Order: sequence, then structure tokens, then C-alpha cells
Amino acid sequence: MTIQMNAQLRWRKFVSNFMLTMTGVCALISVSVLFFILGYLVYHGGASINWDFFTKLPAPVGESGGGMANAILGSAKLLMLATLVGVPIGFLGAVYLAEFSGSTVAFVVRYAADLLNGVPSIVIGIFAYAVAVHPFRHFSTYAGGFALGIMMIPITLRSTEEFLLGVPRSLREGAMALGASKWKTIASVIVPAAYRGILTAILLAFARVAGETAPLLFTALGNRYWSSGFNEPTASLPVMVYNYAISPFEDWHRQAWAAGLVLLGLILVINIIARAVLARGIAVPRS
Amino acid sequence: MVPGAGPATGSRSFLARLRDGDEIARLITFLFAAIVVLITLLIVFELWQSSVLSRHKFGLSFLRTSTWDPNLEQFGALPFIFGTLVTSAVALLIAVPLGIGAAIFLAELAPARLSDALEFFIDLLAAVPSVIYGVLGIFIVVPVMRDVIQPALKDVLGFLPIFRGPAFGIGLLTAGLVLSIMVIPYIISVSREVLLSVPRDQREAALALGATRWESTWKVVVPFARTGIMGSIFLALARALGETMAVTMVIGNTPQIAASLFAPGDSIASVIANQFTEATGEMYTQSLIELGLVLFLLTFILNGLARLLIVLTSQRGASHA
Repeated sequence: MTIQMNAQLRWRKFVSNFMLTMTGVCALISVSVLFFILGYLVYHGGASINWDFFTKLPAPVGESGGGMANAILGSAKLLMLATLVGVPIGFLGAVYLAEFSGSTVAFVVRYAADLLNGVPSIVIGIFAYAVAVHPFRHFSTYAGGFALGIMMIPITLRSTEEFLLGVPRSLREGAMALGASKWKTIASVIVPAAYRGILTAILLAFARVAGETAPLLFTALGNRYWSSGFNEPTASLPVMVYNYAISPFEDWHRQAWAAGLVLLGLILVINIIARAVLARGIAVPRS
Repeated sequence: MVPGAGPATGSRSFLARLRDGDEIARLITFLFAAIVVLITLLIVFELWQSSVLSRHKFGLSFLRTSTWDPNLEQFGALPFIFGTLVTSAVALLIAVPLGIGAAIFLAELAPARLSDALEFFIDLLAAVPSVIYGVLGIFIVVPVMRDVIQPALKDVLGFLPIFRGPAFGIGLLTAGLVLSIMVIPYIISVSREVLLSVPRDQREAALALGATRWESTWKVVVPFARTGIMGSIFLALARALGETMAVTMVIGNTPQIAASLFAPGDSIASVIANQFTEATGEMYTQSLIELGLVLFLLTFILNGLARLLIVLTSQRGASHA
């Protein structure tokens, strides 16, 4: 009897240890994917990054060499427009949700933001095409920036709101007790108290759209030359990576790896900075 | 102190609040909050409005027929719906066990510091853009699938129709595999959160009754968190359905319904990405927009369900604590 129980207990302990080890293996596999990605990109892309990559236009089809200077500038312009669209709407909308709104309006706005966050990026692209390309009959940097900006709104809005709500009540009451009006309290006490969180939210939203390709395919399109102003189609790094990777040319594949490395490096660095900003801030207590 | 400003109480008159700028601030921030709702409604409206021709011409047969012929202006979405669903199903089959396993490790076993460090890497993984997964898919995963994994699957499981046919490397299976890697971070992050919200006494009670560590995790903690874990899976599914670039680059872009997972296929998102700019004629463009509408509705329903399930679980944990 006891021997039998021992055997059963030993089996249960074996199962326990085995399954727990397996969960560790799952975690290891999942995390190692990141290092595989980084490793391959550095290995294949590192050798192809040179001065030309940052300073020259793409070489004509069939010739090797050239760079992606126009795509780098194009991405910068697109992201600038996206920030101009996404951050004010996301930030001020969050201020309304956290400080002014009643619960019904807040529910509707939050619901809309979550819905917007879940819309596939290609659908955002169709929308931007319908309102910013089709009526004007041409692709443009404006349309691409608009599409990316829409994607920034929900991420900025939801995290900013959370950080604003996390500001301790005592700070608000202190400011009000000194006779400050509500908007003065918000502008001079609440937002400064939450600024690290808000900055993190904006940086993460920026990093998220920096690598978006699908919404640019039929808004900013692409361009093998410099794009002047904001009213012309423009090249961008993610679209370049896509076009070069699916092309049949060996030299373009090499450049796709290089562009991918630059893009991923940028995004990971922004992510790490965003998290460092938050970690160094005063701990924000949840109300 | 601002001269003339009254004592700051909730009962100040409207005029006083107007003078202090509160009403203006409220109005301005309200307008920006309203823009969020407006844009969301506008997306639905535009998708609906811009696909009117195709909706009227094809009706429900748009979803049931599989001819996609721009020359004859015949558009049926079935092959794309098929490709989207099959790749997403393959992705979930791989990602769910791996993701939940990893989440259990992070929430139950790993010391807090290790768990936070690993979660940091998982967050970074979630930030990798889809086009990068596509590049690795084309140049790394496709050759490995073609030369190693697909022949091996054919040898061992070749009696199943889903593992037959020539091994191209590209195709539904490869797209599903790349998708699975992309959605794992979502499953891990959300599942870890809901597992961590399970009250401590649940674990302690199971252990006190003589359960092993695994038994307490699998029979008590995971069931307690199962609605939230389901939520994380729906969230991942919604991401997988709408994923564009990585899928486009490895799926083969052939609108067909094949029994084999090795066969090339096409998905809703990738056909839009591939054909939208070259679509000539209103009907062609509108059919692609209608595909976008179908995709939007699918992800809308799944996201709604996912959020509901996650909220339900965290409320359950909170009410219990």
C-alpha cells in the first residue's frame, strides 16, 4: 500500500517537475526569438551599412550601390506629421477623460479608442486613401502622415489617461485649496506630475508607428527620388524594406537587411528610452 | 492669487468658472476627445460607403464565391477568407501552448526580478515591426521550411492530406508559423497579467491540500484565470487576422483553396496590400474595400469579446481578494 502511494507520489512529483521545466522552455524559446531576430539583422545588415546608405539616393534598377537617404528623410517627415496629428488629439482627449468628463462620455470615448487601436493597419490605410488620397487624386506625404497619426491616437490617449488618473488626489486638492482654477491645476500641477508617464506613452506610440508599412503602401506610396514638400509621394524606410526584400535583386536584398537593421535599431532604442524614462520617475501611485 | 477668483469649490457659478478658463479648457479638450469618436465612426462610414457598388452587385455571394477575376469584374472573397482563417488557426495552434506555458513560467515560477526582465524582452519583441518579421520570413524561415521542415513533415505525417504536395517553402503553413511568432508576445503579456491577478490564497489552499506545484497551477490557478487567458487568445487572433506585411511576404499570394498547408494561398490583408494600388476600375477598388470592411468587422467582434473577457477576470480577482 505505502509502496504504491510512494510510486504515485513520485509520479506526481515527476509530472510537476517536468511540466514546470516545460514552461521554462516555452519562456526561453519565446524570448530567444528576439535575439535570433537581432542576430540575423546584425549579421546580414551590419555589413551593408555604410556612408552611402545614409547619404545617397537609390541606384537605378539593375545597378548596385546607392543608399536610402530619401527614405530616411521621408520617414522623418511622415513621423513628424503623425506626431502632429496623433499627440495633440491623444493628449488633450486624455485630459478631458481624466479631468472633465462624466462616466458615460468617458466610456464612449474609451470604447472608440480601444476599437481604433484594434483596427488592422491595412484598414487604416484604406481609410486614409479614401479621405486623403482619392479626393485629391494623388498620393502624398500628408496622407501617409495622417494614416500613421490616426494609429498614434489610441495608444497616446489610453496611456496618458492612465498616468493622469495616477496623480495623487492630495496634489489636486492642494492646488485647488490655494485657489487655482481647475485648468491651472491641470496645467501646472497634474500634467507636470505625470509628465514622465506621458512622455513614455508618446514615445511608445511613436515607436509603434515608426515601423508601420501597410498604411503607407497606398498613401505615401514610395519614391525613388527626393520628395519635396509634403504634397508628393515619398519613400519611407519600412516600405523600402518591403519593396527591396520582395525584389529579385541580390543587391537590393542586402540593402533590405541594412534598412531593416536601422529601422529595428531605432525602434528598440526608442522603446528602451521610453521605459527608462518611466523607471527613473517618481513611482506613480494608483488611485 | 488671481484677483477676483473666488474660493475654489465645486459650487462656483458658471460665470466664475468661465472667467477662470475652466469652461474653455473643458470645451477644447472635449473637442479633441470627440475627434477620437468621430474618426472611429468615420472609418466605419467610409468603408461602408466606399464599397457600396460591390455590396449591391454581389450581396452575400461576395463571401461565398471564389472567383477573383478583375478582367470579368467577378469578385468572390472566399479564397482570401479561407487563407486568413487557416493561417490564423495555424498561428494559434503554435502560439497558444507556447505563450501560455511561458506566461505560467513568468507568473508562477520565475522570481519577480527575472520575470520582469523577461517581460521587458517580450515587450521589445512585441515592438518589432511586421515588415522585419517578413524579411526574416523570406530569407530565413522559407528556406528552412522548404529544405528541412516540410520534407520531414511529409515523411512522418504525409498520410494526412494537409501535409501533401510539393514543398515550396512559401505557403499557408509558413505564413501561420511567422504569424505565431508575432502573436506570442500578446498572449504572454496579457496571460501573465491575469495569472498574477489570481489571489494568493487560491494557490496556498491547493498546496495545503497536498497538491504539487504543477497541480496547484494547472488545476486551480489556470482555471481561475481562464476567461482572461481566453481574452488574450482572442486578442492574439484579432492581431493575426489583420496582420499584413509578414503574411504577404511569405504566403505566396495565390487566391486558391487547397487542402494542403504547403500550398500557397492569399489572405484578406495581403490581397489588399498587393492589389490596391494597381486596381483599375471602380468595381475592383470597391471589392477590395469591401474586403477591408469584412476584416474590420471580424477584428471588431474579436476585440470586443477579448476586452470583455479580460475585464471579467480581473474583476473576479479583485472581488475575491
